[in-house]
Amino acid sequence: MSTPILEIRNLSATAAGKEILRGMNLTVNAGEVHAVMGPNASGKSTLTHVLAGREGYEATGGEVRYQGRDLLAMPPEDRAREGLFLAFQYPIEIPGMKMMHFLKAALNAIRKHRGLEELDALDFLAIVKEKMQLLGMDPDLLNRPVNAGFSGGEKKRNEILQMAVLDPKLAILDETDSGLDIDALKIVASGVNSLRRQDRAMILITHYQRLLNYIVPDFVHVLIDGRIVKTGGRELALSVEEQGYGWLEEDVKR
Amino acid sequence: MRSTSNVERVAGDYRRMKEVQTATDLYRTEFLQFEREVCRITPGWVQELRQAAMACFTDVGFPTTHDEAWRHTSLASLSERPFQLARNLCDISKTELKPVMSWMGAGCRLVFVNGSFSPLHSSLLPLPRGMIAGSIAGTLGDESSLLRSHLGRYARGEDHAFVALNTAFLNDGAVLYIPPNTVVEEPLYILFVSSPNGKATMSHPRSVIVAGPHSRAMIVESYLGLQEDLYLTNAVTEVVLAENAALDHYVLQQESTAAFHFLTLAVHQSRHSTFTSHSLATGGALARSEIHCELADEGTTCILRGVSAAADRQHLDTQTQIDHAKPHGTSQQLYKSILGGRAIGVFNGKILVRQDAQKTDARQTNSNLLLSEDALIHTKPQLEIFADDVNCAHGATVGRLDEEAVFYLRSRGIGLEAARGMMTYAFGSETINLVTNEVIRDRLAELLAQWISQTCGRSSSL
Repeated sequence: MSTPILEIRNLSATAAGKEILRGMNLTVNAGEVHAVMGPNASGKSTLTHVLAGREGYEATGGEVRYQGRDLLAMPPEDRAREGLFLAFQYPIEIPGMKMMHFLKAALNAIRKHRGLEELDALDFLAIVKEKMQLLGMDPDLLNRPVNAGFSGGEKKRNEILQMAVLDPKLAILDETDSGLDIDALKIVASGVNSLRRQDRAMILITHYQRLLNYIVPDFVHVLIDGRIVKTGGRELALSVEEQGYGWLEEDVKR
Repeated sequence: MRSTSNVERVAGDYRRMKEVQTATDLYRTEFLQFEREVCRITPGWVQELRQAAMACFTDVGFPTTHDEAWRHTSLASLSERPFQLARNLCDISKTELKPVMSWMGAGCRLVFVNGSFSPLHSSLLPLPRGMIAGSIAGTLGDESSLLRSHLGRYARGEDHAFVALNTAFLNDGAVLYIPPNTVVEEPLYILFVSSPNGKATMSHPRSVIVAGPHSRAMIVESYLGLQEDLYLTNAVTEVVLAENAALDHYVLQQESTAAFHFLTLAVHQSRHSTFTSHSLATGGALARSEIHCELADEGTTCILRGVSAAADRQHLDTQTQIDHAKPHGTSQQLYKSILGGRAIGVFNGKILVRQDAQKTDARQTNSNLLLSEDALIHTKPQLEIFADDVNCAHGATVGRLDEEAVFYLRSRGIGLEAARGMMTYAFGSETINLVTNEVIRDRLAELLAQWISQTCGRSSSL
């Protein structure tokens, strides 16, 4: 079998000095979509931040292999250049920086790293406009400052646009459904589904089952108290929706 | 405690008197020699102007940090240093100036080297009928009534040491006159280049810009050091806008980072005129730019915007002074500074709304970005409002780069240094994006981007 895209082994991590992840394991192979569900404070955000390399989140034990390499030793930009993509739960607003400028700089940084020629404005526009059409986005958005004044739905769609343009190996979607009404959710989900590929993996981090009606995962993991306590298929998410997390928390205590 | 501070004050006063003595002596000696050299070729009224100005300077000397307007900008490093008047045009070839002029459009160019007009580098293309574009030195001899009616009227040396010094050494600079009802489509360029060749020289360029009734023009005034030399530029520009005139005025201050630079822009606006100023300042070890706008009649508009970017131990000071004298005036100010290293920024924005100036709308914003722990900004709005039916607002912010946003960029593959540079550019370019002329906007954007890549490349200066 080929090397998994992501292997998390016995990972412990702290957020602002406090221990949150306590020996977590997860293996993700190419072509798979995994959902990680969990109640508040279960460690979902910490997991996302540790994988993306955000300051203030520190791995204290275990390891994370990304395509066979030590992910935690890489600075955040190198993770991205190697094909890791995080769709933010709260995309950052950057007044004064045009979307066009931002996304072109990102794509070219990644292309350069991969030994590809950097794109000029025209070639870049051709690529990005095609992806925007796919997501039903207005090309005028490229002339607006990054996320500034975007609606909640626009921000989330913008994350998916970036994912489409940057062409990652592994995409982590952090609470992508939060704050979306059902119509916006459907658009975002269909965008994500169109990006599912045999050589790409995705991890959906979510509190609710709702998203999984539209993006159907191959595996569902329940994260409680910094550990994955149960793994199953689609049906596990449905039981969580019906029964809440309580019965699983009982399991942990036992 | 009290007695100590008294002793200190007396000692301070004594030191100050000595400073005044030394500084004025240096400039007085230089002045006497200068006068002997030029007296034969200048009309009497100019000689009188110079002598009166020198007397003013001798009286007051350089201001010290005891003066409220100079509290955060000490001239100690300037006042005892001897500067020789730059006398000769030094040889600068056209090739040498090409990189700093190639961006300019087709409009007329007035180039001054070390304070003196250089016909070699200038180009005075066919001008609209009645328009004057030339040098003070070339115009003074003609006993020009234009100069006589404007020179020294708006920038006065009585209470301003640098205007006094500039007037005392008044010899050359740009003269522009836009005739009534004339629209000049292409921007006009004034370039002051300093290349002192290792000598500590000073120049005092004086410019006069007169915009006739219902005229419209764009003027780009650049101050530029070719090498990292020590020199002093003390410029004064007087701008007069007649009724309904519209003038866009740009200042590109790219002096050597070892130089001293002072610019006083004195603007006088008549009824329904619109003055727009944009500046970008990156040069000078110590640089101070002052804009004094007199909104002398009804319905005038004054828009001032600027970006200062400083690193290492640079000290960049911006002073604005808007005098709303009559009703229905509008003033808008947006100033930004970007400070790295141990740089110090000063912004002081004074708005005076006189009792007559009802329905005034005055706004002022000053935002500052500190790129390092050691950078420092002094920002102060100063509103004096004597009319009761006015709308005045001001705001100042000081912040650092948004680390969340830097992380966002990095998470998209953009390196740390590039991400910080892009964020810095995003902050500074807000004012530049408001420039309507494309050639000038692109140049401003290019200069800001250059500054960022040079400065952010040297992590020591941030």
